[in-house]
Amino acid sequence: MQKKVACSFPDEVLEHVFSFIQSDKDRNAVSMVCKSWYEIERWCRRKIFIGNCYAVSPRMVIRRFPKVRSIELKGKPHFADFNLVPDGWGGYVLPWIAEMAGAYPWLEEIRLKRMVVTDECLELIAKSFKNFKVLVLFSCEGFSTDGLAAIAASCMNLRELDLRDSDVDDLGGHWLSHFPETYTSLVSLNSSCLGSDEVSLSALERLVGRCTNLRTLRLNRAVPLDKIANILGRAPQLVDFGTGTYGADLQSDVFSSLAGAFSSCKELRSLSGFWDVVPAYLPAIYPVCSRLTSLNLSYVTIQSPDLVKLLRHCPSLQRLLVLDYIEDSGLEALSSSCKELQELRVFPSDPFGEEPNVSLTEQGLVSVCLACPKLQSVLYFCRRMSNVALVTIAQNCPNLTRFRLCIIEPRTADFLTLEPLDVGFGAIVEHCKDLRRLSLSGLLTDRVFEYIGRYAKKLEMLSVAFAGESDLGLHHVLSGCESLRKLEIRDCPFGDKALLANAAKLETMRSLWMSSCAVSFGACKLLGQKMPRLNVEVIDESGPPDSRPDSCPVDKLYIYRSVAGPRFDMPPFVWTMEEDSALQLNTIGNPIGSEWEHNMKGIQGLRAQMPFVLYLAELSNTSQW
Amino acid sequence: MTFEKDINIDATELRLGLPGTSEESERQASTTLRISNKRALPSVAAEKQCDQETAPPTKAQVVGWPPIRSYRKNNLQTKKTEVETSGMYVKVSMDGAPYLRKVDLKIYKGYPEVLKALEDMFKFKVGKYSKREGYNGSEFVPTYEDKDGDWMLVGDVPWEMFVNSCKRLRIMKGSEARGLGCVV
Repeated sequence: MQKKVACSFPDEVLEHVFSFIQSDKDRNAVSMVCKSWYEIERWCRRKIFIGNCYAVSPRMVIRRFPKVRSIELKGKPHFADFNLVPDGWGGYVLPWIAEMAGAYPWLEEIRLKRMVVTDECLELIAKSFKNFKVLVLFSCEGFSTDGLAAIAASCMNLRELDLRDSDVDDLGGHWLSHFPETYTSLVSLNSSCLGSDEVSLSALERLVGRCTNLRTLRLNRAVPLDKIANILGRAPQLVDFGTGTYGADLQSDVFSSLAGAFSSCKELRSLSGFWDVVPAYLPAIYPVCSRLTSLNLSYVTIQSPDLVKLLRHCPSLQRLLVLDYIEDSGLEALSSSCKELQELRVFPSDPFGEEPNVSLTEQGLVSVCLACPKLQSVLYFCRRMSNVALVTIAQNCPNLTRFRLCIIEPRTADFLTLEPLDVGFGAIVEHCKDLRRLSLSGLLTDRVFEYIGRYAKKLEMLSVAFAGESDLGLHHVLSGCESLRKLEIRDCPFGDKALLANAAKLETMRSLWMSSCAVSFGACKLLGQKMPRLNVEVIDESGPPDSRPDSCPVDKLYIYRSVAGPRFDMPPFVWTMEEDSALQLNTIGNPIGSEWEHNMKGIQGLRAQMPFVLYLAELSNTSQW
Repeated sequence: MTFEKDINIDATELRLGLPGTSEESERQASTTLRISNKRALPSVAAEKQCDQETAPPTKAQVVGWPPIRSYRKNNLQTKKTEVETSGMYVKVSMDGAPYLRKVDLKIYKGYPEVLKALEDMFKFKVGKYSKREGYNGSEFVPTYEDKDGDWMLVGDVPWEMFVNSCKRLRIMKGSEARGLGCVV
């Protein structure tokens, strides 16, 4: 009797305690304490995050967590954003929706990133989940406004509809009128990505007018400037507003009603949109600028002096997205006006021009880093950089958590010394101890990877392009970065050795992407065969990789851990390296006596003599490096 | 999506002139020369100097580099093409005329100019415009279809707004014109 009391509470009590534990990591830890905690926890988990939709199957998720109310799924690899992943690769959400339609009738929230969503999926969501509240489609594609109409018509409790950055087939603005006149629950609407010229303004105005809880409204480009005042007038409680077009002939009556509308929005903290902006209309937002914490001017093609005039009114700004028209002088001004700045993103106005079209250099970034003590997140496109600038940034901003630098021309050296930028980035990882995300660019040798492996212990995501000299670079990263989850590499001379020697590391990560590198098909096969819990996928649009010698490098490689085994929805240009295919190294066509052949034969020979894992350990300890 | 500048459409273009000559290659060569004079990155400058001797075609763009999302690229590119090349052509019909014409709205600076052009094109005269009464004194009335699909009287909205929302023009005649409240 006493023993029983000592080791168990009633399940309801434990469930209540667990309900205070929200983070996935903690929930996972709780579930591993003992079998009964595992059972209780799985029945009361309401929210699931799946970083790679192919890492697990819908059935497995449903089997373990029968009462989920909120799900987040991610599909394609990040480099899909830059057209490196061919169309048709995958990331289909339909199988998930189909399974959840039956298993989770009370599902309330679906958040998807880089997935293919069809109108059929949207219709299924609309009809299957009676209490559906939140739909976020971040960088998704495959659906049209007809699917949105289905959601609007059926989801009486919908609170949030966010289509950010998705590629939608916009058939015109009539989908908005599918929200019934009795529907009033909308809290957040982001339709800024819709591309049609048509928008049903009257439906929009009525919707905004009757949804008194609306906090976020991001309009698309089709909504003209002279309609903003009317819309804002119906929603003075807005916190986050994205304009449509912000350009028109200057008319004083339009201007004054616009300024009036903005000034009655006392809660407004975030502004975006501003397509086709006409500088004369910018002062209309001055009434709200002092309270603004977030400003997205990344579509604003006006010159630095006008940008500076605006920014001087925004002392509370924490987040700024802007084009490089701001120039070094504008960033200098920013750094003196906006002391609360935490995040800065500077995009290139002319990324494919061979010559700089604006006076934006490393100096702009340095001046912000010197003067804004709270800066944590940087995305910066520029055309030149120096080690001394990077060291200055590192020393003055030790709190950086995200640092993404894109020097537009690949392999650009330090413009002052003509040396590689190894030391500069080394300083970043050494001083910024909480760095979670890093993107490299410029001229870089294996040394930068040595620094990263040594110092970047909290680094979770690393993006590398046109860098490094040998497998040693990749080996440093894979063997040193303890927290690494995502690694994406393009156009680097990394081959088989580092990959095979660190195969076990790959099971501790979400995914690895390598394109235009030097990994051979044979090594991919070996990896796939030896690591059953990794899916090793070769992407090659020029034909089957086994029609070429095994020593040929593969075009693109995507490796991710999975408990679901190889996927079944691959297009013809993706091959998965299965574990049960007999490893027959095709030596025909490979250069005789080549290093590759030597390595592979060595591996085959040793297979018979020692466990594979030990052989890999051997490889990394040899003086081959 | 790849960004190859060197797609050789020119080879199939019908043109006067000796085969192998083109304005394009001359312009490109002079561009290459100009580039090396400006402040270039040291590593790139060295490369450019070698290139100068052989005058190669402009560099092909690398797929997916620089890493910019396509919706951003499209946003910037549309701005460029609007300025450089394409006009804003809309169809113009006139009641009773056997075929349609097209005008480029971008080349006009305001209503008087475009109305004059239409008058010349279709050999008619518009009446006098007033905000209250529309066009007075002619059986011809210029109208346009806007983005919402509605037929509007030309001249009611600011010029820029008209240019951005006009999908097609129609010169109405006679009794239909009267329906818009015009006094003939």
